[in-house]
Amino acid sequence: MADRNTFRLMLLILGVVFAFLYIPISVLVGLSFNEGGLPTAWTGFSTKWYGALLENDDILKAAGNTLIVAVFSTLLSTILGTLLAVGVEIRRRNGKWLETVIFAPMIIPDIVLAIALLSMFSLMGVKMGLHTIIVSHVVFNLAFVCAVVRARLKSFDWSIVEASADLGGSTLNTLRRVVIPVLMPAIIAGALLAFTLSVDEFIIAFFTAGAGRSSITLPMQIFAMIRFGVTPEINALATLVMSVSVVALALSQRLNKGGLPGQ
Amino acid sequence: MQAPVNGFLMSTDRRPMLLMTPALLWLFGLMVVPCLLILVLAFFRRGIYGGIEYTWTFENIALVFDPLYFQIFMKSAGIAGLSAAIACVLGYAAAYAIAAMPRRHQPLLLFFAVLPFWSNYLVRTYAWIVLLNREGLIVNLARWIGYEGELPSMLYTEQAVVIGLVYNYLPFVILSCYAPLSRLSPEIAEASRDLGGSAWTTFRRVTLPMTVPGIATGFVFVFVLSIGNFVTPALLGGGQFQMIGNLVYAQFLTANDWPFGAALSMVLIAVMLGLLMGQAVVAERASGGKRAPDG
Repeated sequence: MADRNTFRLMLLILGVVFAFLYIPISVLVGLSFNEGGLPTAWTGFSTKWYGALLENDDILKAAGNTLIVAVFSTLLSTILGTLLAVGVEIRRRNGKWLETVIFAPMIIPDIVLAIALLSMFSLMGVKMGLHTIIVSHVVFNLAFVCAVVRARLKSFDWSIVEASADLGGSTLNTLRRVVIPVLMPAIIAGALLAFTLSVDEFIIAFFTAGAGRSSITLPMQIFAMIRFGVTPEINALATLVMSVSVVALALSQRLNKGGLPGQ
Repeated sequence: MQAPVNGFLMSTDRRPMLLMTPALLWLFGLMVVPCLLILVLAFFRRGIYGGIEYTWTFENIALVFDPLYFQIFMKSAGIAGLSAAIACVLGYAAAYAIAAMPRRHQPLLLFFAVLPFWSNYLVRTYAWIVLLNREGLIVNLARWIGYEGELPSMLYTEQAVVIGLVYNYLPFVILSCYAPLSRLSPEIAEASRDLGGSAWTTFRRVTLPMTVPGIATGFVFVFVLSIGNFVTPALLGGGQFQMIGNLVYAQFLTANDWPFGAALSMVLIAVMLGLLMGQAVVAERASGGKRAPDG
């Protein structure tokens, strides 16, 4: 039967594509545990490269900065993005311009937003540092939070809002006691997404960090290290950074059965 | 007396606008204004010491089309186009295969296909440095198999950049192609077969045309992100050649010619908008133009 052959072909395609997607990452993860640290030979399992990271002050400092940026930009963008999503879905009839503005941060090339922000900050004479990275990260993060929360609102039962109003709930109370709790899984999912995006974001941070080393983030540190070649420390660091994203996303996915934006 | 009952739900109510205001102000101040600033900056002259001289000029825009720079633009477009095309072929095949699997397995397969997309871009690019460098895994593998000869350098080539771009953006294409493929009801393909169409004809004449919007979305996305990319050319191209993203980067951080950098980004945005509009047209055509205009 032709169908069986087709099915086999499909399995083959899946195998090839998944191999292409996962072999490079797996090699990286594997090498980070290689005692010798070289790709030439496996000399035994070791976590010493992870230990080396803990003794590298540059990396620790960068990790601290990244955490600050990610936490604050996540908090801000979660609040702003959620309110935006609720407002947009209540209004229902939104002009095209509004949809465009909300969607734009997800598609504007990073480099364009990065230089635009850099130009504005420096022409306004704003001293750049972690705070400028934070406010810049909120721009794209709030778009993603909004998308995740809106997806949940599509299947939201608005009659419970009416019920709350019928029972005398004020707008604010309805929002706080009815709408937000129902949306909570999506809000947390959005926040986790924002957190990983912020932890991973490089270009905008690179341009809005200002001069000097004081506000270097982890991706900036990684970029600087990568340019000098392959080292076992980078392998370990890369593995850690990847694990953070994967864990946060798996959590996000679990919480929000609606899926990630675009899904 | 106010009517609290429907107030919250009414679209004429001002309160939704109140909820949206903080975020919209944020986007206005930190996205719209800076982007408009770039637009204006592109028409100013560069100052003698790298500053900005506030006199109007078209020189920057003209300079973008100077053969020296335009050639970089075309090269970037070529690399972006090639990457997008390869990503579309691979991504469509993968999406098609996922959609052909039993329904209950599909969400998990899709999740794992997209998972790498959400991990760090630098890390994913670095993974290819590990594979492709002179002492990398691929070279070692070739030696191990017994290949003695000189191996051409694989890292810091155009091909390495294309591989990196395809690798990084493939998951998105899988997503965008899967959406229309999964909505396709099997009855349609069955009908085609019942009418005597071979599997290939069915695919070419029925399935493919109905899923073109997904491919268009994927293509535009990969193209747009690739043409402005500066990380991948910097890391996998190793300064061997420049793409537009690197050129923009240089204008702002090393050459200190902000007006020209702004002009380059403006042209980049124009190309992007043009492609997105083209994609919207494709989507419109595919839906038979029946969709009512909204707004």
